[in-house]
Amino acid sequence: MKSFALAAVASVAFAGTASAQTEITWWHAMGGALGEKVEEIAKGFNESQSDYKINAVYKGGYAETMTAAVAAFRANQQPHIVQVFEVGTATMMAADGAIYPVYQMMEDAGEPFDQSAYLPSVISYYVNDDNQLLSMPFNSSTPIVYYNVDLLEKAGVDTSEMPKTWDELAAVAKQVVDSGAAECGFTTTWQSWIQLENQAAWHDVAFASANDGYAGTDVELLINDGVPLRHIENMAEWAKDGTFKYGGRQSSGNPMFFSGECAITMGSSAGRAGVMSNMPDTKIAYGMLPYYDDVQGAPQNSIIGGATLWVLQGHEQPEYKGVAEFFSYLSSPEVQADWHQFTGYLPITNAAYELSKEQGYYEKNPGAELPIKQMTLNDPTVNSRGLRLGNFVQIRDVINEELENVWSGQATPKEALDQAVARGNDLLNQFDASN
Amino acid sequence: MQTKRVTFRHVWLPYLLCLPQLAVTLVFFIWPAAEAIIESFYRTNAFGTSMQFVAFENFQRLFNDPSYFASMRVSVIFAVSTTVLAMTLSLLFAAVSDRIIRGTNAYRTFLIWPYAVAPAVAGVLWLFLFNPSIGIATYALELLGIDFNATIYPNSAMALIIIAAAWKQISYNFLFFLAGLQAIPNSVYEAAAIDGAGPVKRFFTIVLPLLSPTTFFLLVVNMVYAFFETFAVIHATTQGGPGQATSILVYRVWKDGFVGLDLGGSAAQSVVLMALVATFTVIQFRYIERQVEY
Amino acid sequence: MVENRRLLDILGHILMLFAVALVVFPIWVAFVASTQASGAIMSGTVPLWPGDQLIQNYATVLGKGVAASGAPPILLMLGNSLIMAIGIAVGKITISLIAAYAIVYFRFPFRTFIFWTIFITLMLPVEVRIMPTFEVVANLGLLNSYGGLILPVIASATATFLFRQFFMTVPEELCEAARIDGAGPLKFFWDILLPLSRTNIAALFVIMFIFGWNQYLWPLLVTSTENLYTIVMGIQRLVTVADAEPQWPLVMATTILAMLPPVLIIVVMQRLFVQGLVETEK
Repeated sequence: MKSFALAAVASVAFAGTASAQTEITWWHAMGGALGEKVEEIAKGFNESQSDYKINAVYKGGYAETMTAAVAAFRANQQPHIVQVFEVGTATMMAADGAIYPVYQMMEDAGEPFDQSAYLPSVISYYVNDDNQLLSMPFNSSTPIVYYNVDLLEKAGVDTSEMPKTWDELAAVAKQVVDSGAAECGFTTTWQSWIQLENQAAWHDVAFASANDGYAGTDVELLINDGVPLRHIENMAEWAKDGTFKYGGRQSSGNPMFFSGECAITMGSSAGRAGVMSNMPDTKIAYGMLPYYDDVQGAPQNSIIGGATLWVLQGHEQPEYKGVAEFFSYLSSPEVQADWHQFTGYLPITNAAYELSKEQGYYEKNPGAELPIKQMTLNDPTVNSRGLRLGNFVQIRDVINEELENVWSGQATPKEALDQAVARGNDLLNQFDASN
Repeated sequence: MQTKRVTFRHVWLPYLLCLPQLAVTLVFFIWPAAEAIIESFYRTNAFGTSMQFVAFENFQRLFNDPSYFASMRVSVIFAVSTTVLAMTLSLLFAAVSDRIIRGTNAYRTFLIWPYAVAPAVAGVLWLFLFNPSIGIATYALELLGIDFNATIYPNSAMALIIIAAAWKQISYNFLFFLAGLQAIPNSVYEAAAIDGAGPVKRFFTIVLPLLSPTTFFLLVVNMVYAFFETFAVIHATTQGGPGQATSILVYRVWKDGFVGLDLGGSAAQSVVLMALVATFTVIQFRYIERQVEY
Repeated sequence: MVENRRLLDILGHILMLFAVALVVFPIWVAFVASTQASGAIMSGTVPLWPGDQLIQNYATVLGKGVAASGAPPILLMLGNSLIMAIGIAVGKITISLIAAYAIVYFRFPFRTFIFWTIFITLMLPVEVRIMPTFEVVANLGLLNSYGGLILPVIASATATFLFRQFFMTVPEELCEAARIDGAGPLKFFWDILLPLSRTNIAALFVIMFIFGWNQYLWPLLVTSTENLYTIVMGIQRLVTVADAEPQWPLVMATTILAMLPPVLIIVVMQRLFVQGLVETEK
């Protein structure tokens, strides 16, 4: 026991007697090579000035990092900055007194901050209904379509131009299966994000009431009708003959594309490097998400996923000054362009995008600019800014579960979506009541 | 509850002996459990900045949710299947291993490896093997004409988690069964053999009854394991899907509380679990133990 | 013997070989995966025979692998895992041995109450009550300490249950004889019960060591300084790459390395475990 106590005392003492530099803690969820890059950014900032020192601490995956921050806040041990995935946005935002909105923190710290320098469709996911930025975008991606050109050619598909509409894509996928070039036409990762959330934005229809949740917490899902229902009905139809095949939650469908079982997949734009390293000898083409051409307003713009940096309350003002300076450093064109090019995440500022163009990044990397173009195709509307749903983590699970009942033939699309809406609304009501 | 016929008498020593365990239990189990009970009557947001007393609303919500009872059913199917599979296989292996003369050590050394694998890693390994497109086990099953796909078919998913969970537990059961078997004196076997009992008959009439304390202990441990320590396996493989086909109770608590940050709802689930566990434990000690021979 | 020993033996060996194949196969697959180039795993049926990247992959993992993702050196993480695993094993065995002894060999007021208080914890792992437990640990100022890593994990009655079960099977005569010889409770415990329990202690040490070694969520929550990172956290850091495919060969290589200490413990301890059994019981 004694040594435990000593260790505890020692660690507290160590934290207390740090040098004149103000220490800032940043909890992040980036493992692998991304984690290394995060350390590099922190190091770059620490070397660029002498007043502050950023400590980047890895706290597990997104869920673990967020929960660790929440638990730490409840115990008054919170970090200054925490990286939170996009589905946690509403939970963070509703925590009055726990979070420090970025626009306000920048203002209080007297740090120059021009919100118009950021790409509108990136920050639109993280602004309040008055268009003020709540958290600092860090890693963002948007779904695109990946084509295995070799397989398409084997099936006799004309590959000079990739499909634009769902009808075209379904025809190509069917041709692949019918010709025997591959067992399955297309698959998808992240079914809720890509096939429902993004399809709603892409067709400029609402996913949920109250401006997709931006206008308040009294929200209901609107996915059991119109475009979402039509799309899931089509997918169910396509699933019958192998035109579409479900590959599992999150990105667990990837091996189906890598192994050539499926000729087409839809996945995060940040997965491009993974596709290339797993299919080094295959010719890959990239395309925007398909749309239904009879829907007015389509294609609109796709929405993003990924994570942002939230600032937590409960620290001294001088420390927030350091956080503000760090955010400026992070947003600088050089740091952003480097991060964007290294990781495949979207650039968050116009300047970083321009710099990457100047550096010839997009010429050398076909397919790398497509997601930016798709995401900025039009200025975001109320239906394509993003989603602000409470208990969104569980809602995505509900959607996963109900869609799986469709793929396994246990429910019709209408039944499943009705059920998803009912269960989702229950979670939304809970969230509304608890805030 | 049983005790020894012969016991010691001492005024303070037994308390002193129980003290460390009691202290740790009180501070790190009872205290948090009490907080969970209190929390189950509140509706709070994640950061705890808003708290409302809602009485039994969290429980009502739980019991009005048909999927909660479905989840109980799934848990029981999963726990019983895992326990039966893990215990039968390991008893078989242990019985055979105990009877053969050479090579027992080598076999044993291999059989205990899975125990060293972290549950989450075990899940990943089996997921690899049963991956619908790249898994070698799926490929083998396909040759046999079985379409095994744990991402689409509920039965495949259930089979996958049962196999993955039971695999981890085989080593543990094997060690205990083997130890139990080796503790049975050779004279018992010899006497039975002289009476003309064959190996199978001997096993069921003599060995199995003598193993009953071990079997009872393992039964408890395996049920506890299957009910409460398998969510890492499930998290790494099916995540409760497809649909809610493999969403066992503990996985739900963990997911709603730890990932979904619905603290009131997850606390209510914890309380229900604790009540079930308490009942379960009492029944085990009160009734099952009576029939076990020592 | 009456039956055909030889045939049974051969059958037995066949069955055991089958058992070993069944049980070891997934680990073999992990090892095979750890010897492949990074693209080889996801793009076809997982191979069954080692690839040519064995040395390279393990060198990467040991040399910079885990550390390259910003994690502390692998030896530090292994050291922390070792401290935590041993702390959990020794701590849990000590407290549960004496508690089980008191419960089985003494009659005293509140005995039943204490019994149930302890045994109610038999189930519900730390993860299920993780948020309130975190608050308790934070209140006690145990965040970022070995105490915070170890103590909450040992608050469970599995070991106490095992010792209780074992003590119940110890012949009554031993205790009677000890009392007739005038031995006090502590002397009986030390000279007779403890040596008898050697095998159980060995078994529990293995169980608890591995249990402690494989802890992941709890260490992640209570530590926020890299000095206290464990090896399983290091593995997770390789696996949780958002939006990209993990480097499976490196993950598997780290997994195999992280498995070695617990396997070593099992292999070493099983000798003691079995030896003890044979000596005392037969």
